[in-house]
Amino acid sequence: MVQNLQKLCSMMTEKIFLQIINSLRAEATEEVSLDSPEREPILSSEPSPAVTPVTPTTLIAPRIESKSLSAPVIFDRSREEIEEEANGDVFDIEIGVSDPEKVGDGMNAYMAYRVTTKTSLSMFSKSEFSVKRRFSDFLGLHSKLASKYLHVGYIVPPAPEKSIVGMTKVKVGKEDSSSTEFVEKRRAALERYLQRTVKHPTLLQDPDLRQFLESSELPRAVNTQALSGAGILRMVNKAADAVNKMTIKMNESDAWFEEKQQQFENLDQQLRKLHASVEALVCHRKELSANTAAFAKSAAMLGNSEDHTALSRALSQLAEVEEKIDQLHQEQAFADFYMFSELLSDYIRLIAAVKGVFDHRMKCWQKWEDAQITLLKKRETEAKMMVANKPDKIQQAKNEIREWEAKVQQGERDFEQISKTIRKEVGRFEKERVKDFKTVIIKYLESLVQTQQQLIKYWEAFLPEAKAIA
Amino acid sequence: MMEGLDDGPDFLSEEDRGLKAINVDLQSDAALQVDISDALSERDKVKFTVHTKSSLPNFKQNEFSVVRQHEEFIWLHDSFIENEDYAGYIIPPAPPRPDFDASREKLQKLGEGEGSMTKEEFTKMKQELEAEYLAIFKKTVAMHEVFLCRVAAHPILRKDLNFHVFLEYNQDLSVRGKNKKEKLEDFFKNMVKSADGVIVSGVKDVDDFFEHERTFLLEYHNRVKDASAKSDRMTRSHKSAADDYNRIGSSLYALGTQDSTDICKFFLKVSELFDKTRKIEARVSADEDLKLSDLLKYYLRESQAAKDLLYRRSRSLVDYENANKALDKARAKNKDVLQAETSQQLCCQKFEKISESAKQELIDFKTRRVAAFRKNLVELAELELKHAKVSFVT
Repeated sequence: MVQNLQKLCSMMTEKIFLQIINSLRAEATEEVSLDSPEREPILSSEPSPAVTPVTPTTLIAPRIESKSLSAPVIFDRSREEIEEEANGDVFDIEIGVSDPEKVGDGMNAYMAYRVTTKTSLSMFSKSEFSVKRRFSDFLGLHSKLASKYLHVGYIVPPAPEKSIVGMTKVKVGKEDSSSTEFVEKRRAALERYLQRTVKHPTLLQDPDLRQFLESSELPRAVNTQALSGAGILRMVNKAADAVNKMTIKMNESDAWFEEKQQQFENLDQQLRKLHASVEALVCHRKELSANTAAFAKSAAMLGNSEDHTALSRALSQLAEVEEKIDQLHQEQAFADFYMFSELLSDYIRLIAAVKGVFDHRMKCWQKWEDAQITLLKKRETEAKMMVANKPDKIQQAKNEIREWEAKVQQGERDFEQISKTIRKEVGRFEKERVKDFKTVIIKYLESLVQTQQQLIKYWEAFLPEAKAIA
Repeated sequence: MMEGLDDGPDFLSEEDRGLKAINVDLQSDAALQVDISDALSERDKVKFTVHTKSSLPNFKQNEFSVVRQHEEFIWLHDSFIENEDYAGYIIPPAPPRPDFDASREKLQKLGEGEGSMTKEEFTKMKQELEAEYLAIFKKTVAMHEVFLCRVAAHPILRKDLNFHVFLEYNQDLSVRGKNKKEKLEDFFKNMVKSADGVIVSGVKDVDDFFEHERTFLLEYHNRVKDASAKSDRMTRSHKSAADDYNRIGSSLYALGTQDSTDICKFFLKVSELFDKTRKIEARVSADEDLKLSDLLKYYLRESQAAKDLLYRRSRSLVDYENANKALDKARAKNKDVLQAETSQQLCCQKFEKISESAKQELIDFKTRRVAAFRKNLVELAELELKHAKVSFVT
């Protein structure tokens, strides 16, 4: 009975949602179209094990040309999104983060990124615009959104982490490959962060987000510095929260929440393990690439010293092949990292945010409980006053009772609201997760396939040379 | 060719074919055929069953087998080296000692860590380690076999008495490994030899052919050493990457079984895929190891043997020249002329004998080397292609 009521409530809020923002018809139709049968054959690779990619060779061909070593765009307009548009969706906003530029010098230097938005949503004044933002701006955005939405149960995507070591290297001006890698990694992370944030329909409506995307000048978010007063306050709050969590013993009336929490715990553990394995793979592949390069050089020298001409030529060819393979391994390592590993670490952080939301629900419940307890105490006081027959105190007690009754009601409402929001959010999160994982893993597998294709080409070219040794 | 996806038979047969092929151009004539038909691995010893088929009159039977251990192979090799008559030939390099330590360590670590992994992971890793053990075992058998075949194919060495005893005497040769004193002696001998080698190499050779060969071999040997080391490292990282696939596969499997959404089937499928990929990658690295690293390692040892031959020749050349000088001195003083003459004669003969056979040996070495490289490189390319195509289809 309660659940039916909740479902009804959620449907009604949706209707209100739709009425207020009529350009965002997406929500309902999105949820429907994700489950509709016509999408199954496109998304699933279940029918035959030999079918690897969702997208046919069209995606493989252009990849051969683009040998640039920048992180691939994960949230490309895939066929699924175009399908959604055909259904009448206008969820159309594309965000790109590009052109990292170093501004300033010495320890005050920072990297400025260009944030480009392409959209057809009416709430934005233009259809295409870009602004320059720095990392602390992103952090500021996140903290604003978190303070507004986290405690009501919305899963706010976490921002990329600070890295003092990485940034110092960039600031100091070391122009080596590790600092360029760091900047590239950060740029990709910022892009994913923004894309996740705008995908959330509630967050998209937020004026802070809009200001972030649109306005050319943004007030500097100073509260994001690690060693500022606000930073220390945050740390203290976090510690207090952790202690509280241990002491709150919540009376869970809804098995759904308990189950979900357990699930997320499991998922967290599994993802962490997987992430560790993938990082090891990235490391080993980089090692393999370095070793292959060393071997290629050595083989070339061997070919030089060999006096049998055909064998010498074959050995030099072998050296060349190995060099190309080394390049291939490097690219594969890149793909490993940017697609797979970063996806996993993003989700590990997202799950932390989800857990945070569950914790907020607990705190809400605690508030409600406290209010109830206080109300009880006030009623007891009133009763005592009645017995002692002190009219003015009785009136005061009655006032307090009314106040606390209202608080109890508010607490109950808040608790139910947060529970409802969490349910919706978790449902949305799960769908997003499924979609994300499928897309990224498929892309990753495609990259593996492509590596094999290239390997075939190289060895096929080498074989006649080897055969030609007289 | 069957695209065998199970590890068992396919793995073995490929290796068999590959390893026998390190030495091409062995005239397998009916006169003398040697092979290792069986091998047993005990605690820290490996017992090889050496099987001979021969139509030569010196042997009592036409076909027989004996059991030998690694030390006995080394004894045979050393007897060749110490034999002055064989100074003019490239002595086939001795097979390396069977080394299962690394593999045994890993098995032990696996046993200790059994509690921390899931059942599937444990069985998978155990299978892997067993396959590795098997591979090392087969490799060492093959190397011992190659040594014997080389000796049997050499026109002079095959007639060696020690060799016949080795093949035929069906009781224990009671060859003990060198004790500490002898090992120390060996060490000093080696040092003296290398010092001597430096002195001797300063002498310019009259014969252009040998001079050229000497410079060539020196350089070649160094480069082969380098290439062999790098190739080793490459195959090792390849193997660790393949191991990672294994772990990723099992994590994905765990994710798939625990997930409640419809992505679980997807995960299971991807985990299967990773498993297959791992098997293929492991095989790729094993093949690379076989064709490339082993080839280079073998030629490292062979080129060392060839260098030794050249050294012995230069040594005898120096002796010859010294004898000449002594003879001149003796003639000048007119003392002990006959003695000096005979010693000079001896040196001259020795030197010429060595030079003759050395020339032929070195030419043979080159032909063999070229053929072996060709065969292995071709097979390497073909195998890589085959694996890449299989994983592409998967």
